[in-house]
Amino acid sequence: MSATAVGTRSGLRVPGWAAPAGIAVLFVAGYLVFRGAGTLPHDDDAPQFLAITDLREWVDDNKNASPVFLYFINYIRLFVGAIFVALQSALHGLGWPGLIGLMAGLGWLAGGWRIGLLGAAGFASFGVLGVWESSVDTLALVGTAVLLSLVIGLPLGVWAGRSPRLRRALNPVLDIMQIMPTFAYLAPMVLFFQIGAPAGAIATMIYAIPPAIRITALAIEQVSPVAVEASASLGATSWQTLRKVHLPLARSTMTLAVNQTIMMALSMVVIANLISAPGLGSDIIRGLSRQNVGIMLPAGLAIVVMAVVLDRTTMAAAHRRAHERTARWRWPVAAGLVAGGVALTYALPPAFPGQWVLPMGGPVNDAVRWAEVNWYDATEAIKNVTSEALLNPLQGLLTSAPWWLVAAAVLLLAWWSSGIRPALTALGCLLAIALLGLWEHSMVTLTMVVVAVLAVLVIGLVLGVAAARSARYSAVQRPLLDAAQTMPSFVYLLPALALFGPTKFTAIFASVIYAAPPVIRLVEQGIRAVPHPVVEAALSAGSTPGQLLRKVQLPMARQAILLAANQGIVLTLAMVVLGALVGGGALGYDVVSGFSQRTDFGMGFAAGVAIVLLGIMLDRITQGADRRSSPHQRNSV
Amino acid sequence: MKIRLLAGLLVLGLAAGCGGAKVEDTPGSAAPQASSGASAGGTVKIAINPWVGYEASANVVAYLLKNELGYTVELPEIKEQLAWEGFETGDVDVIIENWGHPDLKQKFIDEKKVAQVAGSTGNKGVIGWYIPKWMADKHPGITDYKNLNKYAHLFKTSESGDKGQLLFGDPSYVSNEDALIKNLKLDLKVVTGGSEAALIKGAQQAQEQQKPLLFYFWDPHWLFSKTELVRVNLPPYTEGCDADPKKVACDYAEMDLDKIVSTKFAQTGGKAYELVKNFSWTNEDQNAVADDMTNNGMTGEQAAKKWVEANTATWQAWIPK
Amino acid sequence: MGVSPDSTAIEVEGLWKIFGPTAEKVLRCDDRFLEPAALREKTGCTAAVRDVSFTVRPGEVFVVMGLSGSGKSTLVRCLTRLIEPSAGVIRIGGEDVGQASPARLRDLRRHRVSMVFQHFGLLPHRRVIDNVGYGLEIQGVGRAARHARAGEILSLVGLDGHADAYPDQLSGGMQQRVGLARALAVDPEVMLFDEPFSALDPLIRRDMQAEVIRLHREVGKTMVFITHDLSEALKLGERIAIMRAGSIVQLGTPEELVGAPADDYVADFVRDVPRSHVLTLRWICRPPEPGEPLDGPELPASTVIKDAVAVASATSRPIRVVDEGEPAGVVDRVDLLTFLSGQDTDQQAVQATT
Repeated sequence: MSATAVGTRSGLRVPGWAAPAGIAVLFVAGYLVFRGAGTLPHDDDAPQFLAITDLREWVDDNKNASPVFLYFINYIRLFVGAIFVALQSALHGLGWPGLIGLMAGLGWLAGGWRIGLLGAAGFASFGVLGVWESSVDTLALVGTAVLLSLVIGLPLGVWAGRSPRLRRALNPVLDIMQIMPTFAYLAPMVLFFQIGAPAGAIATMIYAIPPAIRITALAIEQVSPVAVEASASLGATSWQTLRKVHLPLARSTMTLAVNQTIMMALSMVVIANLISAPGLGSDIIRGLSRQNVGIMLPAGLAIVVMAVVLDRTTMAAAHRRAHERTARWRWPVAAGLVAGGVALTYALPPAFPGQWVLPMGGPVNDAVRWAEVNWYDATEAIKNVTSEALLNPLQGLLTSAPWWLVAAAVLLLAWWSSGIRPALTALGCLLAIALLGLWEHSMVTLTMVVVAVLAVLVIGLVLGVAAARSARYSAVQRPLLDAAQTMPSFVYLLPALALFGPTKFTAIFASVIYAAPPVIRLVEQGIRAVPHPVVEAALSAGSTPGQLLRKVQLPMARQAILLAANQGIVLTLAMVVLGALVGGGALGYDVVSGFSQRTDFGMGFAAGVAIVLLGIMLDRITQGADRRSSPHQRNSV
Repeated sequence: MKIRLLAGLLVLGLAAGCGGAKVEDTPGSAAPQASSGASAGGTVKIAINPWVGYEASANVVAYLLKNELGYTVELPEIKEQLAWEGFETGDVDVIIENWGHPDLKQKFIDEKKVAQVAGSTGNKGVIGWYIPKWMADKHPGITDYKNLNKYAHLFKTSESGDKGQLLFGDPSYVSNEDALIKNLKLDLKVVTGGSEAALIKGAQQAQEQQKPLLFYFWDPHWLFSKTELVRVNLPPYTEGCDADPKKVACDYAEMDLDKIVSTKFAQTGGKAYELVKNFSWTNEDQNAVADDMTNNGMTGEQAAKKWVEANTATWQAWIPK
Repeated sequence: MGVSPDSTAIEVEGLWKIFGPTAEKVLRCDDRFLEPAALREKTGCTAAVRDVSFTVRPGEVFVVMGLSGSGKSTLVRCLTRLIEPSAGVIRIGGEDVGQASPARLRDLRRHRVSMVFQHFGLLPHRRVIDNVGYGLEIQGVGRAARHARAGEILSLVGLDGHADAYPDQLSGGMQQRVGLARALAVDPEVMLFDEPFSALDPLIRRDMQAEVIRLHREVGKTMVFITHDLSEALKLGERIAIMRAGSIVQLGTPEELVGAPADDYVADFVRDVPRSHVLTLRWICRPPEPGEPLDGPELPASTVIKDAVAVASATSRPIRVVDEGEPAGVVDRVDLLTFLSGQDTDQQAVQATT
């Protein structure tokens, strides 16, 4: 497909930027002629929305009559609820010293005293932050979601790892699950599972299960085929080979799957609080709705600490050598730690002692107030300039241009960048959005995504290049990126809200700091991956560092940079819609509105779908870009 | 080791699962109700709606339930409409301050019969559009909706584009704004601040920095005692003018705020239910507690304690004999 | 072992393996006889094994030799259906492998045929002793019994004292000894070797070849040995099949291959082999000329030519060649010199020009 596009290009001998520039010129020309005609203004009461709302009412009325609900969906709800309650009471039952001891024991088993200490200190910090109860609830919710994800995901992953056919069938589904911003499926959750912990756990599971399946399948696939063949040659049954060869050899990669599943669950679990699941998210949402950073910060920190502890513990477990000699006293020590903790539970007060709690609210709020007062002019200026100079004009352009003009531009752009098939998919998504009645809001969201992605790419390129060129700077930056990547997305809303108040710009700011770390990292890796001999050759030819960068490193890192752009877009979209909670508006707001106002349910539901469609569209426009890569590769395709 | 741990968790999960299956076994049971059984004993779940006046009431009731009657109280953060659904799932026992919602009452009280009204809170509530007082002084006639279009340009912001901004609060709040703007043909655009705090901050800035602002707000609220606000006069409310939410062209009605409880709680809540039913106080009471919570750095519990200690006579009447 | 000495250990008849989407169709028509390139062009299929037939006698070391891509690895995997053959009949110990049910097939793999792999295929998470005992474990043998057996086999292959090591703590040669031990542990009738030593250093490879010869002497298994190394093939093989593009181009004893290559391909292969090290007196002896003295030293016909040189240099008389007691002919110094100078046959001349 791309060959045809490329053929015309090289046939005409036009420079690479000509095509997008041409599309832009055509678009602007078309806009000047047709502006204001053929727009699709937003209507809160579009018939599509009303139909979905009616459907919801109908489902609601039949919840206790329909066998689907009585014997299936309600049953799932109960089952998940029971797991949650069991975990929750088990964790609470351990008492705070018991739970700290348990984490220390697990950490010790996974990675020795360092990890054990980290686990104990980390979990103790929940108490110190004054959010012990919520933290345990969050842990129980994450536990439930992760348990479900693994119980379903691991066997499915193992199966997919051994059956290419299943893998091919699963791939597009998992793709969509991963592009789909978490926000989008909260509304259907409420529809089927109502509000509360079970719905939260299931929503979290949907988000967390793709890595469980994907990485497990990969782990199984990567098992040395010779070992598998050797096992078969000795007459092992397929089950024996699975148990004795595949699973043990895939173990450490599968632990990585567990790690990723936990991380994904942690970042979603906070959002699940929007549908009244218990836990730390509740504090964060309360803080957001009071614009009180003092309430949010301890909860936000607790989430980060939880993420770091669970991440390091599972990573340590994954990195343990397959047959490391296990010291005889490993298990007794772990058991001792747990038993010691549980014993202390009886000796110490049942609730985390109040005098050990670090009162943060006051000082933090003072600091925020200070920043608000003293930085007000600066932040206000940044916000207003960006909004007036970039956001509003672009938004105006997209919302007042005829829909068919935008669609045509998207088609051409996607065709140029990825080929005809992805272009048609992108066009299909756009048309579906129009049919959903969410054109205008989608264009507003698109504007925000475009602006945020541009910012992310600029930051990513600058910092990535800097890191690739200076080992010292890279060493400083790396731990920061590590920390940033373990943080659940919600946490980024805090500083954004504190600095800029609830506006669209705030949502963009939050998504930029959310999406930048992985992009920076990809760019750095891409440039570092340029083969050393090539760099040496360029240097020996007398290139200046600037020439080296422009003529050798950036062109050769093109693939990595395009991948970074694709990643940046997916992440930005997820965060931009989440930004509805801090004034982002548009599709994200429709979703929020959908589960806070019954009459808007239809709009919220449709907006969830539109977000997914927008995600697929953006993905299709950019995903092909890395396939086009360099000229020789093009010829060989 | 990891595998053993997983196996352990799995067993735990399965065991828990079996428990869940048994609950379902009871024939004909609507599943959602099953889980609320536990809460009726010693735990009361009062939903927290996202405005501080509500929290004030909830905290005072919670304080009394805990300290006078010995109940455990949970205060889950759940917005208005979702909280009604919580009656069905057992996630909510009490909504302590309900603003109207006739549609929800019909659905959950009349049709599903999972909730019922537990009397008035004693508070009178009214929603409206407000501007800072200095604007009313500077621009005569601005408080009449008919003149709003003339002044709409004053309210323009980077968020509202070429229309005037009408700042709204939490998406879950009771709202006729879109219909009003459309039906009264106002040159305004609703911009959602997302929270009560955004409204308060906006109002305070508008006062201090003389920045024009038109915003959605409600009484009872402590803000009225700190900042001078003037209500914009929309066409006056008449009985039934808000019947069709799409055709609303009149101001909000003054409402008797009431309490809603789940049917289950009403039946099995015992003294806790009695207390909730008896709870009734004035707008001043609520504003005092809310003010302490927002401006005097008190937690809900501290503010409730302060009020309870100062108003023994009032709450003594609520405690069931 | 239930196989009478005169029966065959392995019998392969008309074996085909075609990879590709339309393999079945290709097999049914004449396309299968196309050249590999033409076949791929026309059908998108690759014929890895083309109409191969051979038999292996019990206790024999049968070597299949070919360059990479000649189909030899596919062939050996077809024998126990690790790769499912497209057509043909395979009998091992008289049993039709192609018709075997999955259970029968597993049984065959568990007890009668085992395999040694090029890249060892050891399980890194298991100790050496558990790797060796793996086949027994799969059969359901108890832990104590399989450890005892694995211990015996480990000392047989010279790995005493390494039972508790993990594979990645051993050198490549030692790892392959573990692979060998694992195959031996189930006491099979037939052992299949898929280029077992090609990943090893030359010196270690030589040791391992000696090891296989020793083991063959001691345990007397039937062995099918795949290699791309001609000297290895000549050293180990009682008979050698040379494969090219999926077919066997020549099958014979080392002597036959070196002495009478069937075509240019084989000739090219064996060109650098020092013929005097492979060919025997049988190959160059001739009927005595009238009047030739027949009182020279007597040597068996199976004597390698290079060994005959010393004898010939000690006497001026022709050597009498005897094949199992019967006189087979004579060889004199001139014959030997002519042979050693490489001008004994036309074949040689042809090769020189290529």
